[in-house]
Amino acid sequence: MDTTLLFIQTLNGIQLGLLLFLVASGLTLVFGILDFVNLAHGSLYMIGAFVAASLTFVTGNFLIAMILALPVTAAVGYVIERTIIRSLYERDHLDQVLGTFGLILVIDTLAHLIWGPEGIAVPLPDWLNGQVELFTGVVVPTYRLLIIATGLAVAAGLFWLVNYTRLGMLIRAGASNRTMVSALGIDIQMLFALVFALGAVLAGLAGMLVAPITEAAIGMGGDIIITAFVVIIIGGIGSMKGAFIAALIVGLIDTLGRSFLDDLFKLVMSTEAAESSAPAVSAMLVYILMALVLAFKPSGLFPPKVR
Amino acid sequence: MNKTFSAALAATLIAGLSGTAFAQTKEVKIGYVTTLTTGGAAIGKPMETAVNLAVEHMGGKMGDFDIKVIFGDDGFKPETGKQVTDKLVKQDNVDFVAGYIWSNVLLASRKSVLDAGKFLISSNAGPSPVAGKLCNENFFSTSWQNDQNPMAMGEVLNQRGVKSLYVMSPNYAAGKNMVTGLERTFKGEILGKDFTKWPGQLDFSAELAKAKASGAEAIFVFYPGKAGGAFVQQYQQAGLKGVMDLYTVFTIDAVSLPRFQKANFEGVLGSFQTMFWSPDMDNEQNKRFVASYKEKTGQYPPHYAAQAYDTMYLIKSAVEASGGDLKNMDAMRAAMKSASFPSVRGEFTYGNNNMPIQNFYLREVVKDDDGDWTTKIVSTVFEKHQDPYAAECPLK
Repeated sequence: MDTTLLFIQTLNGIQLGLLLFLVASGLTLVFGILDFVNLAHGSLYMIGAFVAASLTFVTGNFLIAMILALPVTAAVGYVIERTIIRSLYERDHLDQVLGTFGLILVIDTLAHLIWGPEGIAVPLPDWLNGQVELFTGVVVPTYRLLIIATGLAVAAGLFWLVNYTRLGMLIRAGASNRTMVSALGIDIQMLFALVFALGAVLAGLAGMLVAPITEAAIGMGGDIIITAFVVIIIGGIGSMKGAFIAALIVGLIDTLGRSFLDDLFKLVMSTEAAESSAPAVSAMLVYILMALVLAFKPSGLFPPKVR
Repeated sequence: MNKTFSAALAATLIAGLSGTAFAQTKEVKIGYVTTLTTGGAAIGKPMETAVNLAVEHMGGKMGDFDIKVIFGDDGFKPETGKQVTDKLVKQDNVDFVAGYIWSNVLLASRKSVLDAGKFLISSNAGPSPVAGKLCNENFFSTSWQNDQNPMAMGEVLNQRGVKSLYVMSPNYAAGKNMVTGLERTFKGEILGKDFTKWPGQLDFSAELAKAKASGAEAIFVFYPGKAGGAFVQQYQQAGLKGVMDLYTVFTIDAVSLPRFQKANFEGVLGSFQTMFWSPDMDNEQNKRFVASYKEKTGQYPPHYAAQAYDTMYLIKSAVEASGGDLKNMDAMRAAMKSASFPSVRGEFTYGNNNMPIQNFYLREVVKDDDGDWTTKIVSTVFEKHQDPYAAECPLK
């Protein structure tokens, strides 16, 4: 096996993993602390992408557009929490699934009305559109490195927020024992709204980062939300550390599976069989991992302590 | 609120009553299945526009019959496509079922229509089974069989002296056919192949890294709809332009070009693709179609729209030959089989399997006189080309 290719693919895997982490971290916060199943989390990812894409054409610069789009997605998340999500907290999970599924359809249709069905291609500034040679033979797109850098910075920021701030303390406390937190006189409604808006920003940021790669498109949230759920199940619902590690594992498994599985299969079966079975099996790998985790460690790899 | 509701109710009742009162007017009902939601709507909407445009150009009539088109949304999923097809056949009792962008949706839905003894017309999908073993006298296509465009592309690659190639395509019926088609004609070596997850996968970082490492001269891809835009963007970001030439089928078209133009992805200008049609084709039907479509939408029609427009004229030729009786299947079938309607691609004929026998052209992406990005025919690759599955079809 070619080591340069392996290295590049590992970087690709880490990049995919960090994008997944941005989506999954918000999802795990909302699921873990608010005990709320938010299928529409992917819609916030899509909103982030579309808002940043539109603003790119207004401001003429993708990075400025991204900075402006972040508070917009936070506001959208806050408004959605206040108007729709709040009334669903007391319902059981099935009602929440139905409610947020409906929300997906509404948001998709709204996006269709506002931006049209064809999606938006997002141009990058020239300096981001090129490639960087890390060392001899290892050439990667500059933009992918930006995603990795942003993902790591956000992960570090979240780590600090969750472990070393008062809000983080409340978040951790909320994940462990919600009733006790509200019994101690914390304004749980405000905490919930903040957490939801934070989740929205994280998902929106992931959508913004992915837009110059895949375009902003209707239904793009649906493509990532299932994998994000897999990530939080593997990592342990409510655990930020779990989401981070599981996202990297899933990103690496997916990318390396897509890269090398067909070559591995060709060692044991005919070329034709390998070509058609490898994509199918590599698409299944993360679900197989999830099934194994559910079988042997049902609460995930890093469940929050004391639920 | 209550008043509005009562008024609406009354209006509905009146509409319902008058509907029964005037049920004497003859009507041809056409069920049209396409993708109107999800990202796939980027393809489905132009088809819807073209169908409505055709109805407008026909003055709302086919022969003595009023045209009624009922659109169905497949939501980009085979199971949903089959459901709406069943609804059109059983509940709406349509006379023709047409549309179908996606091969997997068509394959899932075809039986519901054909078993009910109705005509099925594909405006796009052309999976190998419907051209071969599963061909049916009541199935017609106004597009092509999946293998044909990539076969033409393989020929182009040979002509241009391309010796080694990397291939990427989505892992579903059409994706497989496209690669098989290419392999039928391409004489050079294929250094690697990736079938990617469909429709979910839009990040091709791993595959592009493999393609680059393979050292192939050129890359051939089939990524319809939004995946095409994603691919082209990542191809540029990966710095493959000038390293591996890009050859595509159904990836860069009038659906994606306006987006590329807006974002100024100049890399697609001058790229090549093969197709049976192009907006610059010089015939009366096409000129009228392209001009009205541009007037309506401000954009060039994609080939999907051209096929949808042709579908309606094919149906019109059948209805006009029916002698006023839509149960007269034999007359209608014979009329369609003769391909005597004015097609936007010019003249063509139908093979034994009711797939078109037609020319395929090499198209180049260019700027038009107004600076808009479009495609233009460069040369003819195949003349009167028949798909390779026709021999497997028992029909005469």
